[in-house]
Amino acid sequence: MIHQVDNPVVEVHDLTVSYARKPVLWDIDLTLPQGSLVGIVGPNGAGKSTLMKSILGLVPASSGYVKMFDQDLDKVRQRVAYMPQRESVDWDFPASVLDVVLMGRYGKLGLFRRPRKADREVALECLHKVGMESFAKRQISQLSGGQQQRVFLARALAQEADLYFMDEPFAGVDASTEKAIIGLLQDMAAQNKTVVVVHHDLQSVVQYFNWVMLLNMRLVASGPTEEVFTNELLQETYGGKLTLLSEVSELVQRKQFAAREKQGYRG
Amino acid sequence: METLLEFLSLRDPNLRYVVLGSVLLTASSAVVGTFTFLQKKSLVGDAVAHAVLPGVCMAFLWAETKNPFLLIIGAFITGWLSLILIDGITRYSKLKEDTAIGLVLSVFFGVGILLLTYIQQNGNAAQSGLDSFLFGKAAALMPQDVQAFGILAVVLLLTVALLYKEFKILAFDKAYAKILGLPVRTLQLTLTTLTVLAVVVGIQAVGVVLMAAMLITPAAAARFWTDRLPVMLVLATIFGVSSGLAGAYVSYTAVSMPTGPWIVVVISSIAAISFFFAPKKGIAFRLYRQMNNRRMILEENILKTFYNLGEKDGNFRHHWSREALLHQRHFLPSRLSSGLRRLTRQGFLKKNAGEWELTQAGYRKGKRTVRLHRLWELYLTQYLRIAPDHVHEDAETIEHLITPELERRLEEKLDFPTLDPHQSQIPNR
Repeated sequence: MIHQVDNPVVEVHDLTVSYARKPVLWDIDLTLPQGSLVGIVGPNGAGKSTLMKSILGLVPASSGYVKMFDQDLDKVRQRVAYMPQRESVDWDFPASVLDVVLMGRYGKLGLFRRPRKADREVALECLHKVGMESFAKRQISQLSGGQQQRVFLARALAQEADLYFMDEPFAGVDASTEKAIIGLLQDMAAQNKTVVVVHHDLQSVVQYFNWVMLLNMRLVASGPTEEVFTNELLQETYGGKLTLLSEVSELVQRKQFAAREKQGYRG
Repeated sequence: METLLEFLSLRDPNLRYVVLGSVLLTASSAVVGTFTFLQKKSLVGDAVAHAVLPGVCMAFLWAETKNPFLLIIGAFITGWLSLILIDGITRYSKLKEDTAIGLVLSVFFGVGILLLTYIQQNGNAAQSGLDSFLFGKAAALMPQDVQAFGILAVVLLLTVALLYKEFKILAFDKAYAKILGLPVRTLQLTLTTLTVLAVVVGIQAVGVVLMAAMLITPAAAARFWTDRLPVMLVLATIFGVSSGLAGAYVSYTAVSMPTGPWIVVVISSIAAISFFFAPKKGIAFRLYRQMNNRRMILEENILKTFYNLGEKDGNFRHHWSREALLHQRHFLPSRLSSGLRRLTRQGFLKKNAGEWELTQAGYRKGKRTVRLHRLWELYLTQYLRIAPDHVHEDAETIEHLITPELERRLEEKLDFPTLDPHQSQIPNR
């Protein structure tokens, strides 16, 4: 049940991803429409974060390709923002909250140039959006988990992109913050920006997202929430791993096989 | 003393070179080392430092003179080779990075020592001074050395200044830098090259064996004093340069002394002082704060005990003996005595014929502690659903922590209660 769209913002074509030769994602093929708020949903170990990282080129794909705005990612980096999981960095780093949010501007600044006053103002405004403006000067190691999360969100916002990828933005934030963040994301979608979110709370999926990807090592479904978020498809996603698929994955690793002949995209 | 004045006056032109050289060498390694440290690559710096020795020796064997430019090139080549090997071993074998570093470091250093011994035994006249690369000899810095190393040091510092923001994000969040479209591979390569260069530049003064200390220790010491990267860079430079100067001084006055160990002793002392005495992060500061906390807890507990006794008695102005206090609550007798003495001195208690009574201020303070204790007990039973007979222990700690602001919020949340879970009166403000 994979719903393909015309003029997609993101096009993932036949993507297979392996860790140490063991395939963890098989043949992901999907398209996402502009202005959608997309939830990537699936059980633990389904490869949700891996898919996001692979789409962004942080994890190499064994085969397949990804296009954004009908181009290679390298050509449209200015239009793509990312919010990683907060555990991905060491927060005991000598930097202030504002320093970190300013990093969101580095892509637009390019090499050698220092952040200007305008960048500082954008960063402060983004901090304001996530309710952290009074923390601008705070040393980042003094933040709570939820505050760290909001700083990373502000950093992604500071990129002023058209397409946002967020890896578990609601992990470790309290209910009121979660509400504020989802409100922010819905506003962005209303302004025709596209937001893709790794999410693991099934309760809130219908309320939060208008597009859902169900993932468990393979793409079970992708489409409008009301069509895709059905009992039957959820059962298929969460009903345990496909044992045969897992065994073949193990075999590929043991025999040191390349999962797929490497083939570039010719377009 | 005289030699120190002579050293500081810089009248001897040779000395001027030595001092200038030491300052440049140590400053550049401290600055580059700060980023190596933040990237958690301290051990890599150590490996490179040892790996440059065979390069230095081979360059010497090939050219048969101690030409600084050739030696730098030789050092640079083997330094880089060691990094490529570490990277390759980590990526393509099952060995982890620490093992790879250990392997590469010892192999390269072993070959280096072998070549050095060979050169020494062959009695090449020009070899004199080559072994200063082992432990460093700042006083052996010749004008042409200082020129060569000085240019490199300036290039290093300029590159870091130009790529400051890039190196910062590289150390904090490499994946994100990649998403932003920054040339992460090139930047990493640049930073690694700078590390190798810093090592190459520094070995003349410190020697290969101890070079890693020069790279990492200034940054580690500076980290204790600040949470801001620009300040950390400045502090690391100051620490590095002062140890470099101390080393140069020793090397100048005691000619047979190797510089490296002296520099390392000085910089390590600075690091140790930072470790113990830096504000907030230093051990002394933390101990002091803990001691203060213990003292405050003791004092509040004593006043609370007076209040509890007064509650029982119906008279808060009654005076009590030590025994009465010890009967009401367990104290270490010696600590109770010192606490009573302090509270009397501070005006919270009044001593009268071997017994004590609360002053007005002491009464208020004791009452507040009891009040916070009971408020917290109530909060625990109402909001955390903890049984009333399990909340006392918890409240014993929390009562000393709650700020007036939290107190107000607690009160509002509990709707201004009058009784605690054990039906004792919660005293009003």
